[in-house]
Amino acid sequence: MSNFFQNSDIDVNKAEKIVSDTLNKCDDGELYLEDSKSESILLDDNKIKSSNYTTDLGYGFRAITGDVVAYSHSNEISNKSLKSSSENLKSSHKSNIGSYNSDIKKTNQKFYSDVDPIETKSLSSKIELLNKINEYARSKDRSVKQVTASFLGEKKDIEILRSGGELLKDTRPLVRINVSVMVEKKGRKETGVYGIGGRQSYDDYLVNDNWKKVCDEAFRIASTNLESKPSPAGEMQVVLGPGWPAILIHEAVGHGLEGDFNRKKTSAFHDLVGKKVASDGVTIIDDGTIENRRGSLNIDDEGTPTEKTVLIENGILKNFMQDRMNARLMNTKSTGNGRRESYKHIVMPRMRNTIMLGGNNTQEEMIKSVNKGIFAVSFGGGQVDITSGKFVFNCTEAYEIINGKIGSPIKGATLIGDGPSSLKEVLMVGNDMMMDPGIGTCGKAGQGVPVGVGQPSLLINKMTVGGTKI
Amino acid sequence: MIKNEDYLNKVAERCLSKAKKLGATDASAIVVNSVSENINIRNKKIDGSERSESLGINLTTYINKKKSSISSSNLNEKSIDSLVERCFEATKVTPEDELNSLPDKELHFQGQKKLNLFDETEINNEKKINFIREAEDEAFSNPQIVNTNGSAFSQVKSNFILSNSNGFSDGYKTSQFTAYCEVVSKNNGSMERDYEYTSKRFYNDLLSPKKIGNRAAELAVNKLNPRKIKSEKMNIVFDKRISKNFLSYFSNAIHSSAIAKGTTFLKDKIEKKIFNEKINITDKGDIEKANGSKYFDNEGVEVKELTLVKDGILKNYLIDTYNGKKINKKSNGRSGGSTNLYFENGDINYEDLIKSDEKMLYINETIGHGTNLITGDYSVGASGRMIENGELLYPVSEITIAGNLNSIFQNIVLANDLELNYSTNSPTMLVTGMTVGGR
Repeated sequence: MSNFFQNSDIDVNKAEKIVSDTLNKCDDGELYLEDSKSESILLDDNKIKSSNYTTDLGYGFRAITGDVVAYSHSNEISNKSLKSSSENLKSSHKSNIGSYNSDIKKTNQKFYSDVDPIETKSLSSKIELLNKINEYARSKDRSVKQVTASFLGEKKDIEILRSGGELLKDTRPLVRINVSVMVEKKGRKETGVYGIGGRQSYDDYLVNDNWKKVCDEAFRIASTNLESKPSPAGEMQVVLGPGWPAILIHEAVGHGLEGDFNRKKTSAFHDLVGKKVASDGVTIIDDGTIENRRGSLNIDDEGTPTEKTVLIENGILKNFMQDRMNARLMNTKSTGNGRRESYKHIVMPRMRNTIMLGGNNTQEEMIKSVNKGIFAVSFGGGQVDITSGKFVFNCTEAYEIINGKIGSPIKGATLIGDGPSSLKEVLMVGNDMMMDPGIGTCGKAGQGVPVGVGQPSLLINKMTVGGTKI
Repeated sequence: MIKNEDYLNKVAERCLSKAKKLGATDASAIVVNSVSENINIRNKKIDGSERSESLGINLTTYINKKKSSISSSNLNEKSIDSLVERCFEATKVTPEDELNSLPDKELHFQGQKKLNLFDETEINNEKKINFIREAEDEAFSNPQIVNTNGSAFSQVKSNFILSNSNGFSDGYKTSQFTAYCEVVSKNNGSMERDYEYTSKRFYNDLLSPKKIGNRAAELAVNKLNPRKIKSEKMNIVFDKRISKNFLSYFSNAIHSSAIAKGTTFLKDKIEKKIFNEKINITDKGDIEKANGSKYFDNEGVEVKELTLVKDGILKNYLIDTYNGKKINKKSNGRSGGSTNLYFENGDINYEDLIKSDEKMLYINETIGHGTNLITGDYSVGASGRMIENGELLYPVSEITIAGNLNSIFQNIVLANDLELNYSTNSPTMLVTGMTVGGR
């Protein structure tokens, strides 16, 4: 049974008729219904700066014929609104006749529970904990001048109503706890940011006073940066730490392997399937099935069950990430990567948890082997130009390596590389594969979706470091 | 059709009166309605069409010095009532903050509305398609353009009402028309993309489709077969589409929210020389038809013209009510940030600027978010072209440029080619002594 028509003047059967009537001459499409609630509680500058609660309810109605997508969305679930969307979609597809693709795999898989993180922890206990975090972080050292901490929680219920009446559902919890610390010493200011989260309740992440570790880490990064020297500039060897630095994988190859850019042949990777795009020993997967991870999904936003998709196997490019439309147009199957930010947004192939699997080397070996280079441990964000393949990511904690030894910390710098060639420069793959702490959001065409990344330590032969010291 | 003022007013009124009834000492509500229509084309064919109507409300309730907010898209009467209740309940458990308040009544906007921010024109889908098709056709007339990332035309019409329990209640309609074209060039195994766009409140103010297509193609072709250069200190010329970013960093760094917390490299710099004496910066909210123009900010406070930098000296912060109290200043109507922000023209023309040194780098694209507003450190990925003796030569890519905003601001030379095309605008900019990271 659908939960979306209770307060509406239309029931699910009538809605299904409108859907079938609209889509029967199309190749694909669906009515996507979404009910989301989210909260954000922010402590800043010693005070609860804001406490916001948002609810959003609406639908997105999509009709696809060939490679043409018509989309209409509204926050009014009513007979009139659906009919007018239907007219709108029909008028965009007047001359086409397609055959509705009803093939969609069934699943009972569940990678997270139906918990409602907002309701399972009271507002006052969240506020109390934010105050504790503030006190604890400030008590760490006199250099701590500013603490910002937040709780972000969300519960999203979705239903996908397809032509013929098939109804697919998912309930998706998501939380994130963030701490940012600013330290000041001798007139110099630096910040450190750390966070944790995933698809569980807040308390699952708060066991054993875990929030203290979040504060400790934010403080450690900030303090390290107080001692940082100007970063060197130019091409050099780079050792990446495990976990969150896998933003590299996300930017360098992840986006370039999304189906839409490859169908359109605008990705630097579009003609490289079966070819060597990375060093031996490099295997990269995109996995939507890891329990409770931020990027995991039971079904994607088209209803396709998620899976573990091999993108690069031992250096060879194997697969792209697909949604239904791009898969159909490229004669392959959806990999369960069809995602949208909300009912207001169209579906695109997007990453889930993108991971480089572990190898045999140790981080110690990597550092020892470098004469002049940098060791990058923590990152802000990244960006890529799909077409030229050039990508960047920003270090927030990094060190110089001189003659095989870790030297002084260096200022945050941008690293730039070329996607199709940079993974061929991987010299060693570590045995310490780790997932990120669960805080990533990926932006594409104005849409943000939660994602995860993971990797072991890596030694890259050359990347260009954007420092100021030559 | 977008909803009229009466409807939006009624929703806002219902929220405020319900909040009062529950016991809120103050409340404010923003009700926004927008209708947007978007068409995408690729290779001359329609790629997608989208129509959306959205209606949303944002409510803040106060119980003395306690405050909490709620927003929703579900506006039937029953759910409005339960939303207000939820907001009120959350306010009760939120700790007091003595600075929480509605803005001073005397700062409320009370003027006449005359800025001309709404264009009645309706551009139907056929016209939208013709517009961007013409842009793509023009781009494809360049033989090195082999593909497109898609081109789009969108029309957005909005109306809103902001009401608070101090008697402020006002709103207005705005419109925005945007055309975008992104194309792919290819030559000798090199593939590049670039774009051009135009976005205006009035349809007739848009750049012509030919200009957009032509410019996108030219930019994408100019990037083909780039070289990587050696790391060195260099003078860098920033194209207007990049130089305006430095104004955005500046305006974020002087917003009272950052000043009050001390999380900005420009704290305590008021009346200090943060740029060289040739630099002047203005934020002017009352330019007719302009993208950044508004009558009042997110809190209802009138937006007056501000001289932010005069002869290199920082004269004003951007201030909202809450953070203003923290730094003992009154709101100047910048709760939502800057309005139409621009550098005044410099005194040298573009040709002379790019001739000012034998060898420079012209940057017209940067990637990454490598700006740290606390330290002023700046490091981004970049691409552009080499300039030698005033001539733009070969393309350069996969490099980084870095420096610190404190010294970058002192070392800016501006050309005299300012145009007010966006809400943040800069002439072409030369910055001396930056570090280029390359081979």
